[in-house]
Parts: sequence; structure tokens; C-alpha cells
Amino acid sequence: MLGVAKKLRAAGVLGLNERNADFIMRLNPRRLYPRVDDKAITKDLALQAGMAVPDLYGVIRNQGEVRRFGEIVETHESFVVKPAQGSGGDGILVVTGRSQRKRDSFRLSSGVLISEAEIKHHLSNIVGGQYSLSGNPDKALIEYCVRFDPTFAEVSYQGVPDIRVIVYRGYPAMAMVRLPTRASDGKANLHQGALGAGVCMSIGETLKGVLDNDLVDEHPDTGALISGLLIPQWDFILQSSARGYDVTGLGYLGVDMVIDRQKGPLILEMNARPGLNIQIANCTGLTRRIKRIDEIFAADASPEERVRICRREFPAERQTSLSFE
Amino acid sequence: MKQRYVFALALLLTVVGMSIFVYKWRVLGFPLTDDQETPVWTIESAISFDSGPGSIKVNLLIPTLTPGFRKLNENPISRGYGFSLNYGSGGREAQWAVRRADGPQTIYYRISVYEDSQADQADTTPPFPPPPVINEPFKTAVDVLVSDVREQSADAESFTSELLRRMNDPSPDPNLELLLSDVSSESDFVEVATTMLAAARIPARMVHGFPLSGRQRHAQPVTWLEMHDGDRWRYFDPATGEESMPERFLIWWRGNEMLVSVEGGSKVEVDFAIQRNHVDAIAIARTHAGQDSTPLIDFSLYSLPIRTQAVYGVLLMIPIGALVMVLLRNFIGVDAFGTFMPVLIALAFRETKLFWGVILFTLLVALGLSIRFLLERLRLLLVPRLSAVLIVVVLLMLVISLVSHKLGMETGLSVALFPMVIIAMTIERMSVVWEERGPADALRGAFGSLLVAIAAYIAMGLTWLEHLIFTFPELLLVILALVVLAGRYTGYRLLELSRFKALTGE
Repeated sequence: MLGVAKKLRAAGVLGLNERNADFIMRLNPRRLYPRVDDKAITKDLALQAGMAVPDLYGVIRNQGEVRRFGEIVETHESFVVKPAQGSGGDGILVVTGRSQRKRDSFRLSSGVLISEAEIKHHLSNIVGGQYSLSGNPDKALIEYCVRFDPTFAEVSYQGVPDIRVIVYRGYPAMAMVRLPTRASDGKANLHQGALGAGVCMSIGETLKGVLDNDLVDEHPDTGALISGLLIPQWDFILQSSARGYDVTGLGYLGVDMVIDRQKGPLILEMNARPGLNIQIANCTGLTRRIKRIDEIFAADASPEERVRICRREFPAERQTSLSFE
Repeated sequence: MKQRYVFALALLLTVVGMSIFVYKWRVLGFPLTDDQETPVWTIESAISFDSGPGSIKVNLLIPTLTPGFRKLNENPISRGYGFSLNYGSGGREAQWAVRRADGPQTIYYRISVYEDSQADQADTTPPFPPPPVINEPFKTAVDVLVSDVREQSADAESFTSELLRRMNDPSPDPNLELLLSDVSSESDFVEVATTMLAAARIPARMVHGFPLSGRQRHAQPVTWLEMHDGDRWRYFDPATGEESMPERFLIWWRGNEMLVSVEGGSKVEVDFAIQRNHVDAIAIARTHAGQDSTPLIDFSLYSLPIRTQAVYGVLLMIPIGALVMVLLRNFIGVDAFGTFMPVLIALAFRETKLFWGVILFTLLVALGLSIRFLLERLRLLLVPRLSAVLIVVVLLMLVISLVSHKLGMETGLSVALFPMVIIAMTIERMSVVWEERGPADALRGAFGSLLVAIAAYIAMGLTWLEHLIFTFPELLLVILALVVLAGRYTGYRLLELSRFKALTGE
């Protein structure tokens, strides 16, 4: 057992205890958490910094405003409902369209029809705090539903695939693509059953995937090969992620982005406690990259500069060549 | 830098905790284990009287020499009275005095003793008693009886036995009948016996005391006969003449003096209450430490009232549960709902015992969960829904208790000891996880919680550990140090080893 621990240490794998004690506690001051825990604030900050985010259709702040739901979505065929302080993707509803016959009946990304009353109940739950971290009253955001780029169409089962970038002290350290599966119900969170695929930081090409901590080559539902896909506008994605640090001030940050067909990469949310599965997806430990960033860290480097350095420093190891065979 | 502070703090805590521990153990003699348990008896006498107009003086005879028992402590409890201890002819006397008092008064004297067979009577050999001055016709009767009994006995001991046997004869001879004609109480009876023993030049006296057994609210003193055979004191049962002593007999006072006298008061009543406490050798250690008792002893948990002690016995084990939680969470990586919920569940297990605790907990959560899913269809808002779950949990507890009682399984009743709010929160949390992340995650969390609860229960149920922590609460500082150190543990969790196995490069 100690042998395994030693090997993991040698491979630079970051454990939960080390992540919590050495990075989150040191680099992420608690007072900055609301900037990422409340998606309404995140959106505001990102907009002020000129970053691209999905359009906000409306915010439901209390039970009384739940009535306004119909009016908010009146002119929109598709939209996403999410709790402002939700964690781990809980409580997110993706509405992709309406029923042909009844306008107050909505179709979810999974294909299930859901009535307006049910959505309102869901909104009430969100406002009541069911999905917020501490059970405090929350806000519900209703925003643009991303029409995702066809790059990942083959390797997604419904829902929206997104890109998670770990940004350490402003430098993008590691990235993965999170692909929804049937098991994840269209959601892109790994612990809900989504598939994660590592990404070569230099060129933005996908590597093998990880599903429930196991390495996989193919998408479990579509059967398509996961590796070898080139992520469009990779440089822009990395720069947006790097800016996430300037906006939030969090030294250990997970930035979640989606690529829209028309609007390009958009920031969905940011996370102050990003998970560690990204290491399995990339077959690489985070510690080594973090150490390297500590060596080259320059406080006054611009986001463009930081991205340039990271693309140079962190090409995928070994995995890429394997996938080409 | 921070790491160094953490180590320094942990070291400081450990050193402080361990040095107090070692001092109490080696120097003050606190026992490491609780097998040296001694029953301690507390006897309380309450003197109540109506105060007169003037000054009041109360005299109470109190235990002086108590063969078989050693005094733990004694205290007089009275409001506004001056107190002093005097030595009278019959032994120690407690004296209370006050210039004036209004209305009914009650004064308490309380003594705690523990059994000690080594505690023998360090009494001096009494002189031969002077022949009692007795008037006729009693004198002749006494003389005749003494010579009669002397003829049928060999020594002082058999003389006493024979005398008592005759006195207890249902049809005594006329001489005895005359002597016993005025006897109205047990002590009068014994007094006659001592008079006759004095006439035979045998030192003897009355002893009054209490056979200690269990809890008695209105204990009556028992009178016994004490006789010196020239070597040591012997005890005789006045009712049979046998040489014996009641089991666990605490001698309160000797002689024929009045137990209590009140000057300036009327309607005097004395009431004795006896209580048995199980105090282990700690209390004894406290007396050994003597008058110059250190603050360590004054601030020991044993100085608290017994009821409070029981509460702390449980409370002090919670840190142990928390330590188990830390170990399982941060070193093993077990998933559990809530931070301290498993520890609270473990506390409830203490009452229900493990087997039934697990069964009842599982039953309650399973039932509650299914009803929670029914409630889900009603689309209730968060707080009303939580309250509804809480009410359902209470009802379920009630049903389980009633059903198990009807079936004759009394263990089911203990379900009421579960912290229902905790159960309701567990159900709510589990149902949310169930819906959002699927049954697998929910069941894993529930199983993890139960696992931690069982581990915490086992750790918290170790009697030697409980005794150790209760006697040496400073050991909690050591546990604090461990937890602080664990807080800076940045190594892998055991379950992460298999999670990241793919990354070992093999």
C-alpha cells in the first residue's frame, strides 16, 4: 500500500487532503468564494471584464417572482434554469424546446416533457435553497441554452459538453473535456456519470477519457472515439480561463466553458474546489505542473503571456502518440 | 512556516496534557483503570426543630471511631449557624449555635465513608468500671443474677452471651423480670445489660449505628452491645446474645447520651438518610492527597454532582468519536453525510446497543426515505417539506415503539432515543443525493455514515478509555493535538490509492 502511495507521489498525483490543505486553503481566501459560488456574481464579474458568458434572460430572487417565469421565457424556445449557488451541477434544468401542441409544456434535454407547473416547483425549490450549499435561500438564473459546437456531437449523449480548465495562480495548468452520457442525464459533471477526456495543453487535442475513474477509449453511448478531436478556438479558451484568475482572485480555480455554435467559447461557471479526476483523464499528476508554474510565476505577466508559457510547457505526455497509433 | 506552528502547537498540547496526566497518575495516585471501585456511603442527618425566642444551641453526636469504615469527608450544612467540633464523653459532638432564628429550622450533618477492613478501632483499653450504685430491691436482683450467670460462664465473653440469652428468655426468672419491668425500648434493654456487666466489673457500653445497605430514606439507628474482654472490643447482638455485628455496621455514637439536644428549640426531630454511591478509587485518592489539595483535584470532574458527572461521562467521549471521524474521513476516505452526524448516531447507539441501533436506524431511514419520495410528488417547499419529514420520523418512531412493545421486544422502545432531527436531515440529504446523483451515491453515503457511526460507537464504548478520559480529561489535549496534526495531513487517503491507481505508470 505504501508502495502505491510512493508511486503516486512520484507521479505527482494530487490527493484530496493535499489539495484542500495546500492549495484551496492557502490560495483561495474564503471571502472570495461568493464570486464563484454565486453564479449571478460570477456572470457580472465576467461581463465587466469583457469575457463571453451565456445571455441572462432573467433572475428569480424569491418565491413571489416565480410567477414571472412564463413572462421571462415567453420569447425563448430554449433556456437553462440553474440555482445561483448550486454545487456539482445539482438542480440544473436544460430546456431544449417546447411541445408542439401545448406552449406551457417544455422538453428537457433528455427528451422528457415537463409542465410549466413542474418547472415552477423546481424554481421554488431552488429559491427555497434546496440546492444551495448551506440550504440558504437562493436565486434561480434563467439563461441562454448553449447550442453546442458540432465538434463534440459524436461523443456526447444529449446535454452540453464542456471544457474544464484548472488555473493555478493564473496559469492554465490542465484541461479536460467533459462529455455527457446517458447515465449523467445530459449533465457534464464527472461524479454524475459524465465522461472526462484529457486535453493536450499545447494544441487543444483530446486524449483518452475517464469514466468512473477508469480509462476508456470510446464514448459508452455513441461508441465514437474520444481521442484526437481538436478543440476549436483553443487559445481563446485558455485566455478566458487565465482571465478567470484576474476576475476572481482565486489561486486554485476550475473554469468551465462551453463552445456555442455561433457565439464561440462561453464561460459557464467557475469553481473554487475543482475535482481531481482531471488527473486521471490526463494520465498526469497535477503537482508537477503546479511546481513548474511556481518556478515560472510572474505576477505581472498578462493572460496572453501566461497562456503562451503554458502551451509551451505542458504538452500531453505519451498519451497523444498512443492514440494516433 | 505554518507547518512549524502546527507542529509546535501539537507538541505543546501533548506535553501539557501528558505532564498533567503523568502527575495525576504517578504523584496523586489516580488509578489508570476503574477496577478499584469502592462503594461510598453518604449518611445525612437532618435535625429539624421549631426555634424559640432566644439563642439556639444544637448538639449532635457524630461518628468518632468507626471500625470497618474510613471517613471520606464530612460537612455540616446550616444557614447562619456557627459550627464547632468538640470531644465529649461519648465521642465527637457537632455543635451549632446562633443568636436568634425564626420559624422552623433544619440543620444537616453529612458524612461519607467507605469500607476499609484495615480501619480498626484504635480505642484504648478502658478501666474496670466502678460497681454501679443501684437501689434496692434491684441491687439484690442484680447480685443474684450476676453470681448465677458467672457460675454458668467461663469468661467475660461467655458471661455476656449467657446474660443476654437469659434476658431474652420468653419466660425470664423473677429477678430479671423485675429488672426489665421498666424497659420500653431497645436502648433501655441494652442499658440494663450494661449495668449488669458493670456490676460484674466488665467494661461494656451501648453502641448506636446503622447497617448500611442500599438507599434508605428514614433510617432508624440500631442499638448494639459492645464489651471489652481485656484485649479488644467485642460486639454482641442484644436480641440473641450471639457475638456478631450487623453487616456493614457504621457506629454513629456510643453510650447512653441523647443523640441530639437543642437548647432554645422545641419539637426536635432527627432523620437519617443513607445513600450508596459507586465512586471508584478516585475519591479515595483525593483524600490521600490531603488537606493541601492541589487545584488539579479541586477541578477534577469528581467534584461535580453525580448527575452532572454522568452527563460528562458521555460528553467527554464525543472527542473520541470525532477522532474516529477524522481518521475515517481524511485517512481512509469514507463518504458520510454531514460532518458530525455519524458521531451523533453513535451516541444514540449507546442507548440502543449496536445491533438494535443499526437495525432501527436502517429501518427508520428506509421508511422515512420512502415517505419522503411520496412527499416529493406533492411539490412542497423546502422548509415545510423538511418539517413534514420530521413529523413523519416522529410518527414512525412511535409506530416502531408501539409495534415492538406489542410484540414483546422492549428494545424497540429505545428508538425514541435517536436524535430525530438528525434522522430527518439524513433522510432529506439522502433523498436529494438519491435524485441528483443516483441511488449508488446515496447508498454509499448512507453506508459510509453507518460505518463511521459503528466505528465511533465501538471506540466510544471502550470502558477503559471512558474511565481514562473521565479521570484524566487532560488527555483530550492530546486528542486535540492529534486532530490538529491530522488537519495538516496532506498525504493520500487510502481509497484514493485505488482511485488513482491508473496513474502509477504501470
